[in-house]
Amino acid sequence: MLWNVTTVEYLNSGHLGCPGCGASLSMRHALKALGEKTVVVIPACCWSIIAGPFPTTALSVPLLHVPFATAAACASGVRRALITKGHQDVQVMVWAGDGGTFDIGFQALSGAADRNEDFIYVCYDNEAYMNTGVQQSSATPCGAWTTTTPGGKDFAYQKKDLIGIVLGHHPAYIATATVSFPEDFYLKFEKARKAHGFTFLHLLAACPPGWKIDSQDSLKVTRLAVDSGVFPLIELNESGELQQTYRPDSPIPVKTYLQSQKRFKDLSDEDIELIQAQAEEKNKKYLPA
Amino acid sequence: MNFMQNPPAQHTSEMLLGSDAIAYGVKLCRPEVIAAYPITPQTHIIETLSSMVDSGEMPSEYIKVESEMSAIAACFGSVAAGSRSFTATSSHGLALMHEMLHWFAASRFPLVMVNANRALGAPWNIWTDQSDSLAQRDTGWLQIYCETAQEALDTILLSYWLTERIMLPVMVMIDGFILSHTMEQLFVPEQDLADRFLPAYQAPYHLDTENPLSFGAAATPDNFYNLRKALAKTMKNVPKEIEEGAERFSRLFHRRYANLEGYRLEGAEVVIVSSGALTGTVRIAVDRLRDAGKKVGLVKLRLFRPFPREELLEMVQGVPDVLAFSRAVSYGAGGTLAQELRASLYHLESRPRIFDVIISLGGKEVFPETVIDVVQGMGGLSPVNSNWF
Repeated sequence: MLWNVTTVEYLNSGHLGCPGCGASLSMRHALKALGEKTVVVIPACCWSIIAGPFPTTALSVPLLHVPFATAAACASGVRRALITKGHQDVQVMVWAGDGGTFDIGFQALSGAADRNEDFIYVCYDNEAYMNTGVQQSSATPCGAWTTTTPGGKDFAYQKKDLIGIVLGHHPAYIATATVSFPEDFYLKFEKARKAHGFTFLHLLAACPPGWKIDSQDSLKVTRLAVDSGVFPLIELNESGELQQTYRPDSPIPVKTYLQSQKRFKDLSDEDIELIQAQAEEKNKKYLPA
Repeated sequence: MNFMQNPPAQHTSEMLLGSDAIAYGVKLCRPEVIAAYPITPQTHIIETLSSMVDSGEMPSEYIKVESEMSAIAACFGSVAAGSRSFTATSSHGLALMHEMLHWFAASRFPLVMVNANRALGAPWNIWTDQSDSLAQRDTGWLQIYCETAQEALDTILLSYWLTERIMLPVMVMIDGFILSHTMEQLFVPEQDLADRFLPAYQAPYHLDTENPLSFGAAATPDNFYNLRKALAKTMKNVPKEIEEGAERFSRLFHRRYANLEGYRLEGAEVVIVSSGALTGTVRIAVDRLRDAGKKVGLVKLRLFRPFPREELLEMVQGVPDVLAFSRAVSYGAGGTLAQELRASLYHLESRPRIFDVIISLGGKEVFPETVIDVVQGMGGLSPVNSNWF
C-alpha cells in the first residue's frame, strides 16, 4: 500500500543517541506519525540523555522529563489538564524504556491503564537498563548477557508477558511494533492516535552496545527478531483479540536471530532449542495475520 | 447558650470538620485538577472533594490514583500543562512522594498540598506528630503549620496566591485527628470574595504545542548549581511575599496570619516555641503560668520553610531561656525544632539557652498540665541534650 510520511522532522539533528540506536529512530518515526500536536513525557531512560542537555532540546514538540517510576501518572495529569483547557486534539505520549515500564514504572502504568487514561504509552524495549550500562531488567530475555547477568540471564525466568498484562486492563488499543517494519509501525501509531482511552505500544528497539552488535545492523537484527517469531508483530483487533499483523512466509530459526548478537554468544544448543520452543508456543496464542 | 459568633461580611458560618474546612478552602480556589490517594487521617479531605466534584459543585478533573507517588506525579503533569492543582496526604504517603517533592520544587511548578501530620511506622501509629513533614524540610517546599481549622481554610487561599507568585510549591500542615477530625465554627468566605483575592492561574511557562519547551533536561554542574541558587534566592524573599499576601488577605477577609506569632511575650523569662495545634494547648498553659506569676510567653511558629529567622530574632532577643517543643526527632542529633532554633540564633553574641524538649511523638497526649510541669521542672532540664519524658 501507499501511504504518506511527512517530510517534517520533529527529532532534530544534534541528539545524543548512539550510532544505530533503535530508540532514536523509533522516536523520529513515532513523532512523524503523531504530528506536532503531541506532548511527550519521558521518565529516566536512555531518552533522558538522548533528548539533549538543558537548555537545549532535540525535539520540536513539548517534552516533560519525569522521575523513573512516574511516567504514566505524570501523563495522566497532563491529559486531565488538557481536558480542562479543551485541548483534546493534543496527543500525550509516554516514551519509556523497558526498565521504566516492566519494572519501576509498572505500578503507575497499571493505574493509568486501569483508569483508561486517554494517552499513548510507548515502551521502547531494548531489553536491559542500557542507560546505566546494560544491567538486566525483567524485559531481558533468558540467556542474554548483561553486566548483572555475566553468565547469561537464568533460564528460570521467562520474559514478562507485558502485552498480556496490559491486555488484562482492557486498553483501547494495544500493539507491538518495531521500526524495521515501518509500514506496520506507522499504521499502529495511527491507530493509537485515533483510539480514545489508554493505548499501549510495545516497541522492540535494538541497542548496539547492549546487544553487542554493529551499529549498522540494528534494523537487520530487529527484522530477524520478527521473522524468527521472537518478537511477533501483533495488535488488538476490533473483536478484542490479539492478532498478528505480519507473518513471515518462511519463518527463520531463532538461532539465526540469537547468533546475530554477541550478548547470546554463550548459549548452548539446548538453550537455543528451548528458546525456539518458547517462541513457537508464544506465537500460537495469536490469531494469524 | 449560643457559642456561635456572627460571621464577618461575605462569609457564612458553619460547624465543620477541619478536613471539611480544607475541602471548602480548596473549592474556593477552583483547582482544575485534583489527584489523591487515601490515607488516614487525610481521607475526609479527599472524600469531601470527591463529593463536590461528583455533584458538579466543582468542575475539576479528579484523578483517583493508585498511590501517593502517582498523586503527586499526576499533579506534576497537570501543573506542567498549566493547571492549578491540588493533592493531600499524610505520613507514609508523604514519604512515598519524597523523590517527587524535590522534582516539583526544583522544576519551579506551583502546587498546594495539605499534609495531615501523622507519625511514620514502625510500629503502626496513625496519630499526630511532625516526623513526616519535617523530614521533608530540604526538598524546596514551603511549609506552613496551622493551629486551627479556620487558619487551615484561610491558608489554602493564601498558599495558592503565594505558590503561583513565587513558583515554589507549598505544603500546608494540619495535625492529624486533632484538627482533621474535630469540628469548630468556621467562617467560610463567599466565592466572590475568594475570586477577588485569587485570580485564575496564568502559567508563565507550560507544555504548549504552540511554544514547545523541554522541562527537566539534564543540566551541567554549573547550570545545575545556578538553578538551585535561584531557588534559594526565591526562598529568601518568601517572608516578604507572605507579608504582601497577608496584607491583601486582611483587607478582604479581615483576618491576618503572621509567620510567627508572639503571645504574652512582655518581660518573658521563658519562651516556649511550638507549632501546629499543640500551640492551642500551650496558650492555656501560658495563661495559667502567668496567673501564677511566672514570666512565660509563647512563640507560635507558623512558617517553618523558609525558616523566619529575622522575625524570630526580634521575638526572642534578650530572653534568657527558650523551650523548643519538638514533635519530630533527628535521631542521634535531637529535636528538629531545637536544631533549627539553635542554628538561627547561633550568630548572636548574647543568645538564649535553647532547651530541646521532645514533647510528644505518635500522638502522646499533651495537656496544659504537661506543659506547666515542663516549665516548673526546668531546673532539671538539660540545655545541651534532648529532654525526653
